[in-house]
Amino acid sequence: MTNSSTSVPLNYLNHKTGLWSWLTSTDHKRIGLMYMYTIAIFFCVAAILGLLMRIEKLTPGQTIMTAQTYNGMFTIHGIIMIFIVVIPGLAAVFGNIFLPIMIGAKDVAFPKLNLFSWYVFITGALLGLYSQFANGNSPDTGWTFYVPYSAAASSNVVIALTAAFVLGFASILTGLNFIVTIHRMRAPGMTWFRMPLFPWSLYATAWIQLLATPIVGITLLMVIAERTLHIGFFDPSLGGDPVLYQHLFWIYSHPAVYVMILPAMGVVTEIFPTFSQKPVFGYVPIVFSSLAIALVGYFVWGHHMFTSGISYESRWFFSFLTFLVAIPSAIKVFNWLSTMYGGSVDLKPPLLFAISFIFLFTIGGFTGLTLGSLATNIQLHNTDFVVAHFHYIIFGGMGFAFFAAIHYWFPKIYGRMYNFKWANISWGFLFVGFNLLYFPLFVIGIQGMPRRYFDYDPKFQTGEVLSTIGAFILITGLILMISNLVYHSRRGAIAPANPWHGVTLEWQIPSPPPHENFDEIPVITHEPYRFDHPHTN
Amino acid sequence: MSTNEHSEFIDSDTGKLGMWLFLFTELFLFGGLFIVYSVMRSKYADDFHHAALELNAFVGATNTVVLLVSSMTVAMSLTAIQQKRGGKAMGLLFITLLLAGVFMVNKYFEWGHKFGLHLYPGSDVMKSLPHGEIMFFGLYYMMTGLHALHVIIGGILLTIVILKIKSGKINSEHYLLQENGALYWHLVDLIWIFLFPLLYLIT
Repeated sequence: MTNSSTSVPLNYLNHKTGLWSWLTSTDHKRIGLMYMYTIAIFFCVAAILGLLMRIEKLTPGQTIMTAQTYNGMFTIHGIIMIFIVVIPGLAAVFGNIFLPIMIGAKDVAFPKLNLFSWYVFITGALLGLYSQFANGNSPDTGWTFYVPYSAAASSNVVIALTAAFVLGFASILTGLNFIVTIHRMRAPGMTWFRMPLFPWSLYATAWIQLLATPIVGITLLMVIAERTLHIGFFDPSLGGDPVLYQHLFWIYSHPAVYVMILPAMGVVTEIFPTFSQKPVFGYVPIVFSSLAIALVGYFVWGHHMFTSGISYESRWFFSFLTFLVAIPSAIKVFNWLSTMYGGSVDLKPPLLFAISFIFLFTIGGFTGLTLGSLATNIQLHNTDFVVAHFHYIIFGGMGFAFFAAIHYWFPKIYGRMYNFKWANISWGFLFVGFNLLYFPLFVIGIQGMPRRYFDYDPKFQTGEVLSTIGAFILITGLILMISNLVYHSRRGAIAPANPWHGVTLEWQIPSPPPHENFDEIPVITHEPYRFDHPHTN
Repeated sequence: MSTNEHSEFIDSDTGKLGMWLFLFTELFLFGGLFIVYSVMRSKYADDFHHAALELNAFVGATNTVVLLVSSMTVAMSLTAIQQKRGGKAMGLLFITLLLAGVFMVNKYFEWGHKFGLHLYPGSDVMKSLPHGEIMFFGLYYMMTGLHALHVIIGGILLTIVILKIKSGKINSEHYLLQENGALYWHLVDLIWIFLFPLLYLIT
């Protein structure tokens, strides 16, 4: 298909230049990159906040900051990481860049709406940042905004709530765009079951974004009304019900975990077949496990509230469903392992990240079951065990999948290749640092160290210090990885169109892709992941 | 063909699918309030009964009729544009806007009356009421307020549609925006159909 014979072929990166051409571009690839740069910047800010919190916990009592500053930091760290980084993360970046290409389309269904979503996202992100610094009074409620404290706290909670509301709106619009794109824009011959699995995971994700986000939207509006108009839906002194808030909040915020993790699963499902040169094992079960996770994941929110005084029946029910949602997740793990089994496994950096994703996600998943059991939950609720668990899922899962994705698609996005050795070393730092940072928190969590505490009993110091050392190693790994990628995005060796011998559509077009993706819309005649196809030989 | 911008043309089915999905999210947005309403109603059944007597069912019913008629005129305008009668379509949309105005004026007097009685969130009168009545009025303001916001947004959308019919951008061939505007307007109507019995009729 690449028949251009000019010296510098025109592609989506260079067909127009200048900042303005980016800010007004409705090209899904450019919008995806704009999301990536924004998200990367916010990720670095929130990671530095995380490092500062870890330094603070080197010694009991005050080390480098006051307790109030610490409260503000874990709140802003949470708000940025959850609402700005991991919820949009994979879908907005790699979904935008690769969904249309992988289904053989020239763009998403609503390109202008796509650009609009980015502006909504930026507005929300800037509001979130503003809430941190306005009046030197950052919110200190935690990212969950639990009432009644969030209704009474004298800090910039309203700004932070508005930010979360606006970001939710951006997320809804992206989800809507993707659903319509997948329904209406697939190339001729691409039936539902000929669609690659990353688009499938985005499809399941988009439905959650669409159906769950409005609930948190209205809930945050109610808290805003509570603070500004004193309506009191959640304030017991006016007759409101704080537990009702927790329900409404988690009806969204638990499915939001699946908004983060489903695309992550989709990414590694692309990587395993490519680096094993073998069709994915169990295509149909993977599709249905994605849909099952999206469906069941919608009904497990109550497991965040086992200690909030909900009835025994509902605790039983939510615990049961929590165990149920582990089944489709486990199906996927077996599929990934079986895909590698008997394949010609090529341990390149993307696969390295994808395999560590399985490792970390499995630890996160099993500890999730520990928390989903009614008896152990009482002991572990609101301890550092919970912190370790969700970082294993969110950072170890979604974060490492993001790293896997950027190393996988980097040559396609930039048309250049990063340094493998450098990438492997940064992987080593990230993997070791990650485990050293979060694993000790499981241990001290079981021993009774509460989460979100500024101070701690000296008996926890060994764990806290180990964890802080891990944080430094992790940050070193991040710096190595980012500099490798940034440096080689401009100066790396020119990458071929299909460096990994992938078979999905994005590898069949030039790198970087031309502005319109395809000169001619491809006609799909067979299922994806068929490695006996002539072009790989 | 690969040198120009991406095609800006969105076909009608694609556009409508997007709109329908968006309307679902709007329903879920109000759905959150309906959940809070049902929880509070079951918790404070008696207080809700007393507080609901304060609302004037006649004003509510008038507004229901006004909105239903406006939904009809917006649907008729769609038929008119399909029949290439742009002037008639604009006229019908204008009537829709007028009816939206009537609705808002009614709402203004209704809220104004309550404010006159010091029945607004945070007032001393309100704070002295039983908990359930505070919740009822809180929900009343939140639900009708959010709905009124949607009336205003819908009104703006229909105004844009009128301008585009005038400039010929919406015509008997391409009327996706008008269809979507009409769908949105029906949503505004639909939500009111639920709000009306929940707040005014169940006493």
